[in-house]
Amino acid sequence: MDKQTVQKVAKLARLKINDDRAEALAKDLSGIFKWIAQLDEVDVTGIEPMTSVSGQQAYRRPDVVNDGNKRDDILANAPEEAEGFFVVPKVVE
Amino acid sequence: MTNFTDLTIKQALDGMAKGEFTSAELTAAHIDAVANARVLNAFIVETPELAMEQAKASDTRRKSGTIGLLEGIPIAMKDLYCTKGVQTTASSKILEGFIPTYESTVSQNMLDQGMVMLGKVSCDEFAMGSANITSGYGNVISPWRAKDDTKPRIPGGSSGGSSAAVAARIALGATASDTGGSIRQPASVTGLVGIKPTYGRCSRYGIVAFASSLDQAGPIARSVEDCAIMLQAMAGWDPKDSTSVNMPVPDFTKALGQSIKGMKVGIPKEYRMEGMSPEIDTMWEQGKKWLRDAGAEIVDISLPHSQYGLAAYYIIAPAEASSNLARYDGMRFGLRVDGKDLTDTYESSRAAGFGAEVQRRILIGTYVLSAGYYDAYYTKAQRVRALIARDFEEAYKHVDVILTPTTPGSAFAIGEKQDDPVKMYLEDIFTVSVNLAGLPGISVPAMLDSHGLPLGLQLIGKPFDEETLFKVGSVLEKAANFTAKPDMGWMNA
Repeated sequence: MDKQTVQKVAKLARLKINDDRAEALAKDLSGIFKWIAQLDEVDVTGIEPMTSVSGQQAYRRPDVVNDGNKRDDILANAPEEAEGFFVVPKVVE
Repeated sequence: MTNFTDLTIKQALDGMAKGEFTSAELTAAHIDAVANARVLNAFIVETPELAMEQAKASDTRRKSGTIGLLEGIPIAMKDLYCTKGVQTTASSKILEGFIPTYESTVSQNMLDQGMVMLGKVSCDEFAMGSANITSGYGNVISPWRAKDDTKPRIPGGSSGGSSAAVAARIALGATASDTGGSIRQPASVTGLVGIKPTYGRCSRYGIVAFASSLDQAGPIARSVEDCAIMLQAMAGWDPKDSTSVNMPVPDFTKALGQSIKGMKVGIPKEYRMEGMSPEIDTMWEQGKKWLRDAGAEIVDISLPHSQYGLAAYYIIAPAEASSNLARYDGMRFGLRVDGKDLTDTYESSRAAGFGAEVQRRILIGTYVLSAGYYDAYYTKAQRVRALIARDFEEAYKHVDVILTPTTPGSAFAIGEKQDDPVKMYLEDIFTVSVNLAGLPGISVPAMLDSHGLPLGLQLIGKPFDEETLFKVGSVLEKAANFTAKPDMGWMNA
């Protein structure tokens, strides 16, 4: 893991990281991934990835409206709101 | 004169039932205790007025015959649980000032059973850590000190505020959560009982998500019985959490004190590590003897993929975390730091709001899920996870429960193990596989080590067999007779 890779991943994760930290993180993460590499030893032939813990089907409910009309609750923690809308930076030019 | 803060939950329930004291008296004593223990930095928000309101309402309800499982009991709530009208931060600066407009299912269940909430206790940020040194609101300090030095000690993590509060006798019990060991490890290093139930036993609705396939809610308290009482109040199917399982919640307290004659207890040979501390080994042998003396049969078993649990965990958990923490973008809630455009706002908000460990794990998770690496890392880890779960399934064909140490050592000093992240990760070596397999696990205090610090024994159970954990756990508890309390003289120095 090098500094450039860290910056690429930081971009994907929408995290601003300055060059010095990227350097230090590259070192940290390289160490962690070297340790993780022990999984290469494991033979997983014929083993399906475990995607469900309890093995149960997702619970389904009747397709009826059972929630809503909570605009003020939804906006209660907004960093910026106006006239019942979230105010956000411009997305489209 | 009742020493209110030294009671167990069971003793407090009995005392109030007999009319010996009220919840108002019990709660007032705890509010004072919380105020006098601020040096521990266990609480992020104290809610004394709310607590007294709830206590008085409880006393009124009791007069009309309504008595819930936790009626009038003062509890500390981990700040990972959304509490309506009360700040919830997940111990992160990115949620400073966030006040949920809804209640988590587990805390609502507890309120329905008469709980009194003393406040929100600190934890590692977004539950990521094993020492409570990554909280955005400062380290939590354990009330325990080693007998031979004055170094501040960790209360464990991530649920360090929970364990510190209960060990310091400023709350009768605390809610906690466990993704890789965050209930059991803090319990072990503070001489308390903590149980992580089976995945799906408690609802995750309203609990700030870290790793959705691993997170579970659970209690930390001073006795096996107290944990049984708390878990019964907390657990239950929730249609709002599609991973919660629709199974009846038994009366866990009925499992206590039952005979374990003829039960088979598995000892996994892979958990005996090279270079393991002799004290941990001694404690483990002592645990085996206690169970043998109670009529159980000790059986050697193998969990062949144990050594890969931590590595698999440190792919899966960060991957799920990177996805769960994407919502903290400064748009609809949480910290917003204005940038030159939308992307810059995202990047600046998240950089300012998340601490170093959280950022590190988001980066690991993002990397292992990224194009070109997904199969090599994430899918591979999921397949290793399947093997670990299968190891346990195989073992449970031959044994009823598994006994291991909870932690590789006692509470280390704040500041240790910070030069290398992997050193800190190894704290969870005995606990993570339990989360990967979705099984229940309990830690019961066993003894003090040569420094006078607590150590716990872990029992791992079959899916949805928390009853066996309480049954066998109460045998260990009785045999261990762990009565040590932290010497808190240093707190008033």
